[in-house]
Amino acid sequence: MTDISAAGAMPATQPKNSLFVQDDLTRRRNAAEARFKWYGIVAIVLSLSVLAIMLFTIFRDGTSAFRQASVAFPITLEADILDPNGARDPADLAKVTTIGYGNLIGQQFANFLTAEGITVEGISDKDISGMISRDAPGRLRDMVLADPSLIGQTIDFNAYATGRIDGYMKGRVTLETAELDSNVSLEQLQLADQLIARNILTSGFNSGFLTNPDASDQRPESAGLGVAIIGSLYMMMLVLIFTLPVGVAASIYLEEFAPKNRLTDLIEVNISNLAAVPSIVFGILGLAIFINFAGLPQSSSLVGALVISLMTLPTIIIATRAAIRAVPPSIRDAALGVGASKMQTVFHHVLPLAMPGILTGTILGLASALGETAPLLLIGMVAFVTNYPAGPFDGGVMDPATALPVQVYSWASRSDPAFIERSSGAIIVLLAFLVIMNVAAILLRRRFERRW
Amino acid sequence: MNDMTHKGLDLATQTAKISASGVQVHYGTNHALKDVDVTILDRTVTAFIGPSGCGKSTFLRCLNRMNDTVASCRVSGQILLEGEDIYDRRVDPVQLRAKVGMVFQKPNPFPKSIYDNVAYGPKIHGMTRNKAELDAIVEASLRKAALWNEVKDRLDATGTGLSGGQQQRLCIARAIATSPEVLLMDEPCSALDPIATAQVEELIDELRHQYSVVIVTHSMQQAARVSQKTAFFHLGNLVEFGETGAIFTNPKDTRTEAYITGRIG
Ligand SMILES: Nc1ncnc2c1ncn2[C@@H]1O[C@H](COP(=O)(O)OP(=O)(O)O)[C@@H](O)[C@H]1O
Ligand SMILES: [Mg+2]
Repeated sequence: MTDISAAGAMPATQPKNSLFVQDDLTRRRNAAEARFKWYGIVAIVLSLSVLAIMLFTIFRDGTSAFRQASVAFPITLEADILDPNGARDPADLAKVTTIGYGNLIGQQFANFLTAEGITVEGISDKDISGMISRDAPGRLRDMVLADPSLIGQTIDFNAYATGRIDGYMKGRVTLETAELDSNVSLEQLQLADQLIARNILTSGFNSGFLTNPDASDQRPESAGLGVAIIGSLYMMMLVLIFTLPVGVAASIYLEEFAPKNRLTDLIEVNISNLAAVPSIVFGILGLAIFINFAGLPQSSSLVGALVISLMTLPTIIIATRAAIRAVPPSIRDAALGVGASKMQTVFHHVLPLAMPGILTGTILGLASALGETAPLLLIGMVAFVTNYPAGPFDGGVMDPATALPVQVYSWASRSDPAFIERSSGAIIVLLAFLVIMNVAAILLRRRFERRW
Repeated sequence: MNDMTHKGLDLATQTAKISASGVQVHYGTNHALKDVDVTILDRTVTAFIGPSGCGKSTFLRCLNRMNDTVASCRVSGQILLEGEDIYDRRVDPVQLRAKVGMVFQKPNPFPKSIYDNVAYGPKIHGMTRNKAELDAIVEASLRKAALWNEVKDRLDATGTGLSGGQQQRLCIARAIATSPEVLLMDEPCSALDPIATAQVEELIDELRHQYSVVIVTHSMQQAARVSQKTAFFHLGNLVEFGETGAIFTNPKDTRTEAYITGRIG
């Protein structure tokens, strides 16, 4: 201190080399640093806002798919129409087609409206029955065939309203658009207003969206993701079964046993290359090998899973090798030092320590496989499938199925706005699955994180 | 067991446990060890000293064939364990390592319980028939490693949670649990504080009663304290090998003298 005060001869203004004054170089470096920080912030804000916009539009367009309008009214299952012979013989019952049931539903609905005193001037019978989904007759027929004792009784029937009426309740269809639309009339919308007022036409959670199979262009209201979800689950299960053992075995061999020579180098390079092959190429490969050559059934989740396994395998191998490599060599030394064989070292020590990393990599690999679309288009999984595949142990993996991303694609390419809404809804379901898988991966990593 | 004769250990009465002759080691093109001849006696502590990179660890790792794990490493010459060539084609290194245990420079317990760390070797070598026998081996090994009193109440706690000195003693317990005949230690105290070092040195002195111990060390005081025989390596050559007292008080080679007086290394 005394020394410094002794230098009181110093001028009051700071000298040129004082620490309190930034020199030119420092100033330039600081400016560059500040600029760089800003570039980074701008880049992050940009990408986050793109993500936000994407999520916003998907949820804006897609959440309505989870609601569906339906009409509830009593229906008398008249025996002389449904079972003219009166014998309740299943063969006889099956002779009544959905057209017969359709007529019955139309009549009964009209009768119900008259009884309730609901009328709209100038509305035709066709308009009245046209309020109800074309899906309803088939559904009612299935109910009756499953339980013939219903015949002759009056039941409370709940039918989907058609896509246009549903759209009217969601605000997609208005009186103005209806004027230009041959699929819906103004009278129908007026009738809908009255039904809504009487609580006969209501809108509720659309569980059918998650369970129903796909439906044709004429009845978007009954289209659902049931078959696609089953197909995707089957594929994920099979991909896991195919890739995890193979991927882990290959990784252990390459990391711990393979001699370091040209051949293993070549294999390594090719595994990385395999991860970079465009997925559509795997689709062509699958078409040629699994369907044309091996004769496996088209559109089946088995073929889909085989093709996606080819794509997921390199991802799993790369993740597994990284996890194995991250196990410190001192652990291997320790095991070898007490006389463990190489195999014991790997299975007793290396693999358990690498397991969280392997599982995390596998889940992330499966998550990206879940979103894979292009190869599935080529092997026919974009087919219109209305029958659920059988159970997994009854050969269900050989039955035709679709997958979530493929369903998104096929709905997005249909013209009815009700399908476009469902396409976004399917994306939400797909994203939900992906979020669940990623959270599982993160939890796994947290839970088993090791310190050594 | 002739522990009673230990007071003034008579080197002349000890038989040779390991005799190495003409050992050469190459790592690729790097000639790391040149023509080394050493005889390691039973129930004796042999210290390897020398500057960094002179090949002490390399030679130590030849004695239990840990060098087999290094792809580029080639060993020639002859190393006999009780008259049997350990590099013979019929020898399985796994069996050899059960007889020649090793303790590493950095404590490396398995990330498992203390009990499992010690029990692992006996388990994989099928040394016990039941849990009681295994328990006995674990306790005896931990006692020999002077760790039993500190951990007997928490054998289920993970081994990596111990202090550095305790971890190293756990590694020693793990190594002696398989009842090896030779114990190799590569700078076992370099990661330890002086108190832990003293404990390990005391332990080495204890182990001498039963095992042949080979220790690599950077500390000449340590070599003088714990060993009866000392080998001085320099640039891949075995420069001098003899009784510890003679090496430190009356070195024959000028390089040895330069090293122990602190002029090289
Ligand atoms: N795994 C290895 N691969 C290649 N060279 C090695 C390896 N280990 C040691 N060496 C080389 O062998 C020589 C002796 O090393 P080392 O035995 O570790 O010496 P020290 O233990 O005496 O310090 C050094 O030149 C070192 O570079
Ligand atoms: Mg060393």
